[in-house]
Amino acid sequence: MEASTEAGRLPVRASTWERVRGWIGEYGLIALLLAMPVVYGIQDISDDGSLARLGNNIVDGLSNGAIWALIALGYTLVYGIIELINFAHGEVFMIGSLVTAAWFWGVIGLSEQTAILGLIGGLLLSLVVAMLVSGTLNVMIERVAYRPLRTAPKLAPLITAVGMSFILQNVGILWIGGSQEGVPQLVDPQKELFSIGGVQVSQGDVLSIATTIPLVIILTSFISQSRMGRAMRATAQDPEAARLMGVNVDTTISLTFLLGGLMAGAAGLIYALYQTTIWYFQGFTAGLIAFTAAVMGGIGNLQGAVLGGFIIGIIQQISDNRIGGEWTPAVVFAYLVLIMVFRPQGLLGEETREAG
Amino acid sequence: MSPATDQRTLLTAAVAVPAIVIFATGLLGMNLLMALILGGFVAARLFFPDDRNVRIAVTIGAVIWAVVLPYMHDEAGDFMNIATLILAYSVMALGLNIIVGYAGLLDLGYVAFFALGAMMAGWFMSDFYANAGSGGEGVHFLVADFTENLFGIHLNFLIVVLIAIVVCTIAGMIIGLPTLRLRGDYIAIVTLAFGEIIGRIVANGDQLKYADAPLIGGALTDIFGQGAVFSGGREGIGPIDKIWFPWSDEPFEALNLRPWYLVALVMVLLVLFVNYRLRDSRLGRAWIALREDEVAAASMGVPLVKTKLLAYGTGAAFGGMAGVFLASRLSVVNADQFQFFFSIFILAMIILGGLGSIEGVLIGAGVLVYINFKFIPDLNDKPREWFNLDLDLSELSSAIYGFLLVIMMVLRPQGLIPERRRKMELVEHVGAGATTGVGEPSTEPTYEARA
Repeated sequence: MEASTEAGRLPVRASTWERVRGWIGEYGLIALLLAMPVVYGIQDISDDGSLARLGNNIVDGLSNGAIWALIALGYTLVYGIIELINFAHGEVFMIGSLVTAAWFWGVIGLSEQTAILGLIGGLLLSLVVAMLVSGTLNVMIERVAYRPLRTAPKLAPLITAVGMSFILQNVGILWIGGSQEGVPQLVDPQKELFSIGGVQVSQGDVLSIATTIPLVIILTSFISQSRMGRAMRATAQDPEAARLMGVNVDTTISLTFLLGGLMAGAAGLIYALYQTTIWYFQGFTAGLIAFTAAVMGGIGNLQGAVLGGFIIGIIQQISDNRIGGEWTPAVVFAYLVLIMVFRPQGLLGEETREAG
Repeated sequence: MSPATDQRTLLTAAVAVPAIVIFATGLLGMNLLMALILGGFVAARLFFPDDRNVRIAVTIGAVIWAVVLPYMHDEAGDFMNIATLILAYSVMALGLNIIVGYAGLLDLGYVAFFALGAMMAGWFMSDFYANAGSGGEGVHFLVADFTENLFGIHLNFLIVVLIAIVVCTIAGMIIGLPTLRLRGDYIAIVTLAFGEIIGRIVANGDQLKYADAPLIGGALTDIFGQGAVFSGGREGIGPIDKIWFPWSDEPFEALNLRPWYLVALVMVLLVLFVNYRLRDSRLGRAWIALREDEVAAASMGVPLVKTKLLAYGTGAAFGGMAGVFLASRLSVVNADQFQFFFSIFILAMIILGGLGSIEGVLIGAGVLVYINFKFIPDLNDKPREWFNLDLDLSELSSAIYGFLLVIMMVLRPQGLIPERRRKMELVEHVGAGATTGVGEPSTEPTYEARA
């Protein structure tokens, strides 16, 4: 709209400006994302003569990013369908960690001494438990805090979301106390499995990526192929029309929350295994980071959320390792602002009315 | 006034006036006489909503009431503390109301302006820059005799407020710039990011040495002294000078809250004046047009960039002002104050009160400050006192807070006192939201409902 009026007045300059703008829109973000690895890569080559340190950062970043990707899926699903930033989602992830590490492992007697077969079985079982608990919790949150407000002004559910998030944090405090708690190191996450050219791949890395990838594949194929997935996509596109076509919108929204919660629960278990500490406040930071990832990938886009999660994981790891962990949130959020400037629709997102 | 509306007004008054009187006396601890007068003001406004003379009388009466209020209460008591906090937070809430309530730009990073305002107080009203000034004697300008002898930079409160207003206006516009092309929740994300970034910079500012800054490092060192850093980091900065005016003998005391209250009251009145005047001005109408429909506003000739940036700048300035006041009142500037929670706290005030409605925002600030600073702290001994139960509620405080937020929003999603224009849309189905016509609000979800 702006461009066309400008083009009418100043045809030549406007077209150059348009081309520059188009170029920035197309490649600016990619250049931006590559800047940090490239700069530190060059620094590594000149300092140590190899890229091993950067490679290690990237491997660690990917396995961290897998956790953010799983959480980001929940944000992107919910936002895609009811345009709500589910602020309580980080807490759903936290409860997923707590329910396994602080309760379920004790119930089934899982400890560092458990034999390998029992360990695998126990972990699979705790994955199911974490996912189910978080999924149910997310559905309940929707039922209590968001559904009554569906006709309300758009900002009202934002406040109930924050309220739910406080309540769940308090549940975490009552459960494990206010400080970070160590949990049994069921899988030694730092134990090196193999290394390629100085880049070490540890058990934790394999664990987190090997859990995430199948879950993401199952989720995306469910949404793209099943009947219920089609109902979800229809509701996201136009709830009123979907209702007319016989889609039960309320059930579909509940299903969306359930799927998001399942992913958050899985992320919670991986987090507990990978970080070997749990904390009532872990969901807050994780939520903000995962939300950034969802926006970076293009909110409402599943592949985008996963891609964004991995990218944020790498940025975060490089920043932790080189700049210092206390600056990492600032670095991540600075990236977020730059993405919004260059490509508000995100990496894989379509141009929408909101971010035109 | 038709009989139907008359009945409705009676009903509203029968609920609202006792509720306000009970809240003020029983919960806040206000003098009963003062609370009854307050209830009288509310009743007068309810029964004569459109009478100009009543409005003027109530406005003048309310100002006098507010000035007299501190002299009816203990100068160091609980009530004065809460009243001062309510006023200070009202300044911020009214500032945020301009950005979110009027212009419809959802800002989740308002803490940035509180942080900047408080930082200005930390820089210019404390001994933080101990080596500043020629020979390290410090810089003093219009401060109390007692402060003249201290190290560091000490400027008068009013000058620091002016500095904070300028800095925050500029910062608000800078934060607004990347959001110009964005709408809705995307604006929320960018402002949230800025809020977190500024919080982080303050928290780690002890690592930022001015001497290391490229180009301007030397100049900054000359101004702030050797070894100066950006902030006190996790340690915080303190003590901050108490407010002092050239006509008062001594700086304000921590235990006499009356002068603090009056300064906060002046700030609130100033902000209220600006809010009311702006709402009815050309700029205010442009903001509301922008909020209702950006494309339509642009095609009617509302300059989008200027209008949006002015909203950010004005809102930010009030945040900075309140930040300086709170820093001086609390006497410390600590990075832990600048959390995301703070932005949500202020946002909750204006949503709870009713977006865009000035009276609603004031009530929202009152209720949430009360819950946060009095209700929840006071609740801890209640189980033992009332039921002889050995239960420590301090562990439950954030759950209670969250529960109250959820309950209040579910019961009254449009806010306690919705803005008139919005009320018409939401309840009476005039204009944009009209679907079913008369009577009850539509029960069908309209997913289009936007803030």
